[in-house]
Amino acid sequence: MILAVVIFALVIGSVIFHFASPWWFTDIVSQWDSVDGVINITFWVTGAVFILTNLFLAYCVYRFRHKPGQKAVYEPENHKLESWLSAITTVGVIAMLAPGLFVWADFVTPPEEAAEYEVMGQQWQWNFRYPGADGKLGTADTKFITEANPFGINPEDPNGQDDVVVNEPEMHLPVGKPVKALLRSNDVLHNYTVPQFRVKMDMVPGLVSYLWFQPEVTGRYDILCEEHCGIGHFIMRGAVVIDTADDFDAWLAAKPTFAETQAMAEPNIAMGQAQYAVCASCHGAQGEGNQALNAPKLAGLQDWYVERQLNHFKSGVRGQTEGDAYGASMVGMANMLVDDAAVRNMAAYIATLPDVPAAVTIQGDIANGADIYDRNCAACHLDNGNGTWYTDAPKISGMNDWYFVTQIKNFRNGYRGLHAADPYGEQMVSMATAMAAKDIDDTKEMEDVAAYLNTLR
Amino acid sequence: MSLFKQITEKPWERKGIIGGLKAEGTFDVPSERVALTFFLIAASIVFSLFGVSYYIRMELPDWLPIAEPTALWFNTGLLIASSVLFQVSRNIVGNGKSKNVLLAFFGGGVFAALFVFAQLQTWDELQAAGVYLSSNPAADFYFLLTGLHALHVAGGLYVWLKCVFRMVTGAEPQAQRLSIELCTVYWHFLLIVWLVMFAVLANT
Amino acid sequence: MAYVPLADQDHEQEMHHPHSWVTKYVWSQDHKVIAIQYGGTAVLVGLVALVLSLLMRMQLGFPGTFDLIDPSAYYQSVTMHGMIMVVYMLTALLLGGFGNYMVPLMIGARDMVFPFLNMLSFWFYLLSVVILMASFFVGGGPTGAGWTLYPPQATLAGTPGSDMGIVLMLLSLFVFIVAFTMGGLNYVTTILQYRTRGMTLMRLPLTIWGIFVATVLGLFAFPALLVSAIMMLFDTLLGTSFFMPAIIESGTPMDYDGGSPILFQHLFWFFGHPEVYIVALPAFGLVSDVISTHARKNIFGYRMMVWAIIAIGGLSFIVWAHHMYVSGMNPYFGFFFATTTLIIAVPTALKVYNWVLTLWEGDIRLNAPMYFAIGFIFTFIHGGLTGLFLGNVVIDLPLSDTYFVVAHFHMVMGVSPVLVIFASIYHWFPKVSGRMYHEGMAKAHFWITFLGTYAIYLPMHYLGFLGVPRRYYAIGETDFIPASAQTLNESITIAALIVGAAQLIFLFNMLWSLRNGAKADPNPWNSASLEWQTPDTPPVHGNWGDKLPTVYRWAYDYSVPGAKHDFIPQDMAEEDVEMEDGSTGSTATGA
Repeated sequence: MILAVVIFALVIGSVIFHFASPWWFTDIVSQWDSVDGVINITFWVTGAVFILTNLFLAYCVYRFRHKPGQKAVYEPENHKLESWLSAITTVGVIAMLAPGLFVWADFVTPPEEAAEYEVMGQQWQWNFRYPGADGKLGTADTKFITEANPFGINPEDPNGQDDVVVNEPEMHLPVGKPVKALLRSNDVLHNYTVPQFRVKMDMVPGLVSYLWFQPEVTGRYDILCEEHCGIGHFIMRGAVVIDTADDFDAWLAAKPTFAETQAMAEPNIAMGQAQYAVCASCHGAQGEGNQALNAPKLAGLQDWYVERQLNHFKSGVRGQTEGDAYGASMVGMANMLVDDAAVRNMAAYIATLPDVPAAVTIQGDIANGADIYDRNCAACHLDNGNGTWYTDAPKISGMNDWYFVTQIKNFRNGYRGLHAADPYGEQMVSMATAMAAKDIDDTKEMEDVAAYLNTLR
Repeated sequence: MSLFKQITEKPWERKGIIGGLKAEGTFDVPSERVALTFFLIAASIVFSLFGVSYYIRMELPDWLPIAEPTALWFNTGLLIASSVLFQVSRNIVGNGKSKNVLLAFFGGGVFAALFVFAQLQTWDELQAAGVYLSSNPAADFYFLLTGLHALHVAGGLYVWLKCVFRMVTGAEPQAQRLSIELCTVYWHFLLIVWLVMFAVLANT
Repeated sequence: MAYVPLADQDHEQEMHHPHSWVTKYVWSQDHKVIAIQYGGTAVLVGLVALVLSLLMRMQLGFPGTFDLIDPSAYYQSVTMHGMIMVVYMLTALLLGGFGNYMVPLMIGARDMVFPFLNMLSFWFYLLSVVILMASFFVGGGPTGAGWTLYPPQATLAGTPGSDMGIVLMLLSLFVFIVAFTMGGLNYVTTILQYRTRGMTLMRLPLTIWGIFVATVLGLFAFPALLVSAIMMLFDTLLGTSFFMPAIIESGTPMDYDGGSPILFQHLFWFFGHPEVYIVALPAFGLVSDVISTHARKNIFGYRMMVWAIIAIGGLSFIVWAHHMYVSGMNPYFGFFFATTTLIIAVPTALKVYNWVLTLWEGDIRLNAPMYFAIGFIFTFIHGGLTGLFLGNVVIDLPLSDTYFVVAHFHMVMGVSPVLVIFASIYHWFPKVSGRMYHEGMAKAHFWITFLGTYAIYLPMHYLGFLGVPRRYYAIGETDFIPASAQTLNESITIAALIVGAAQLIFLFNMLWSLRNGAKADPNPWNSASLEWQTPDTPPVHGNWGDKLPTVYRWAYDYSVPGAKHDFIPQDMAEEDVEMEDGSTGSTATGA
């Protein structure tokens, strides 16, 4: 009895929940309304079956529950009824399947005029490539991948020279034109998903997959990786900006071509050295750091990392938040480097400084630190703490342990890494939050990791 | 009654004993034979899936065919001889006789053991020629497939050994009839698998 | 006529009777003891997996609150929870547990065909569990690759447990497959060859049909998992490139070239999809028998139910790539697999109709097993219908890899089979233990489990519609997920914790009832099928005493017109049936 009532209530409740739910598909911004159309058909068909079957179930439980003297009816089968039910079910299935297959046919055949662009996934970054003036993407292969050629573009392929490379997790597309995304991965499976576009596809190392759509509404939308790709899966984020055609062209024109990235002038180390004199007063003549002045060791840091951080200080991405007092003092210093060339020169010079491991100032539970490090940090910063350009992770072993703790605290407190232009910092915020207890003031786990890092020198 | 007819009858219509006074067996053969058949189907699926994987993998650009050792023809002969001897031993017990059963049955196993040994020799031969596991996908499959097949032969030899032991220690060959039959079926299966596998390996 | 082995004949010449405690309860060859060993082990690992799921839910509901759940631990929990539940819990419990217990009793045999192999099957299963559990204690911990173990990710440094954990997982699966094959050959052969006299195929209870077809599926599908596990082990340990293309690991090119990750997915799902039915079909069978018994009515459309089980089993081998619509495989496959997938909905829907129609004009006894069975019908309808979304290839584009998928498969192959398992445990507990369970506790257990799981999974579908991706340790900031989604996540977690805790009621009920339950009648539900007609309760070794039963009718002679009682046992001859008018004799029903 009560079971019948509960099933009845669950049916009604589910319907109410469905219509009252604020959690529903995001507003669509591509031309794939047809996908939503198939979903609606399916909802009506399955919804009707759900309601009718369960109400009938509830009725049976109510009507035929045991009462004294009741006897069930003996009815082995009813061929006619079963045939009817099969037929109706088949019709319902066809009603859902047929439109679905038509839309799928649309999906697997991108229009001829669709402009191509490439999405390249790697642990745990997004990179993008657009064909240059020739409209063709150059061939690429993992065997060509180096720090200077992260896309692995074939240097011999003339089609690749004018390809525009976007080595950051934000891409743009023009509104109102069909586009075909060519999807590629350097390491594991990833999946290129923008929920508002309604389409997604895995990126598979060793082959190129595709999807197509036509952006219809300008705006900025999240790109998510939706195929499990390792420990950093949940922080593999990017963004796509749908622009007007003019804005898109302007954005694209500002990005370097592959040829330009390959032909970039060698940094002038001597000039970097000359400018380093200012830095030396705090960071030391050999970049060895000075704890009394809160200036960390620089020697040993990769040039791309130093370059990125200097640019962040210059552009207000880092050092501007309340709480990052020491970072703030770097802003003025970084601004003394007037242009990109000066920053590159400085980074190149620092990379030449002799890397002497910093003094140990922190003790902790090394075993616990090792455990935390292996579970959270090693995937990007590597087992030896040397970091790699591939995951945009700087060297952290042999560096100042006190600075390590300060920065982890900064990430956890949101003093660093939350700026929209610092996607890699945002990844560190997530990991720094995950690696230790929720209590911000509890630095024990960070100290344990620092103590472990001290053993890796 | 055919299987199809059996599963279309209306069971509520007929009461009483159906099928005489004995237990119901779907197939008129020993249960061991039924179990072995299912096992062989499962094993065929294993080999077929490897075969499908082989063809899919072959389509990929880094495929480098390897030259299969000519010794494989000789090894095939060994396995055929083994199968034939098993069949002979089965025919003898099948006719209710016992003479030379042990000899044929034992000989079948010896040839099979020689086959395994000879297969391992081809591995050495290939490695001497610079073809190693992981040197290219065709080699990977060669080692994997021949190894897997050899393991199946070795597994069969374990059962064979037990049966030989029973006969040597005085068991009547007629009492071993089922074991001999099952071994024979299994060896024919291994021979067929090998012939298909050899054809696939040699033609690609 | 059929070949009749000695052990199947009335006298017990060949029975291997145990003499010591060890041979009776440890190295036992009695199918009933093995069933309990299998079932107990499965329940224990299931509890481990349940705890892992609660850890995940705690992280998702209250991110960052629980120190011990870091991203590695989260992904390891996801992986181990999934693999344990699907393979080591559900498959082992339904086939190793129920399959072992029910098959000989329901077909009227003394034991399995190969009792020794049956015993070996359990010990190999236990070994596979031990290997799996060992991965919690090795360096790097268990694998965190997700239960699908997709390469290259499963063996790369960016995944937890990528060195020892994944190897132990693959080894454990290998051993499990060996165990399953030994058990499976037994169930199939026993059902085919050891039925007692009069037990034709169409007189078998649906439980046996479900177990039979599921076992055949297992025997034919597990080879695909075996093949992929072997090739993956070769790739990991010996440096071959079956599945591994040229890739970069942490900035360094690896020594692989040319392999195909998609090939692994095809092999995995060629196993993985039938696996769904390996779990579902025995559950379909068990629940049919529970419903029929407690509705005091024959199962409606028995023949259609049998054919549907066979059809679903057959179709399950040609739908696997619906798990791969967005995997980057040739997208034209989508047409074929969407069609086959939606076709499978027809026989499945017919089964649902027939369960409900069995209740129609029945005399429904609302005992605890029936509560669970009816709860199953509700959750299975829900889970089956959401499958029509995901199977329709184009709807899979927005919904795959979101919480909709998680909600769907937990509804259809988590909650639904588990409700059947509880229904079956309560239903057969009196026969297995000789005592009754506590009805009040069982019903409390039902209400919390049924309502709680619905509170977990109904809203979860809506997170999926929204586009919340699955396998995220933390959602973090996005432009499309409102803050209210986190509130929803919190409520789901609270419901999950309550449901998790409610399983203690079940465990307590079982343990308490074993000692203190009322003594059970041999046939407390007045069930017609053969397993209730054993001379002893619980049945002793050999099951049938001196004489094997003879079967005169199908397993569903409930409420036969004219008969005095509302059930006629399968082994009751026509002339022994008591009629309403006091006579005995024929109950010719005809069509």
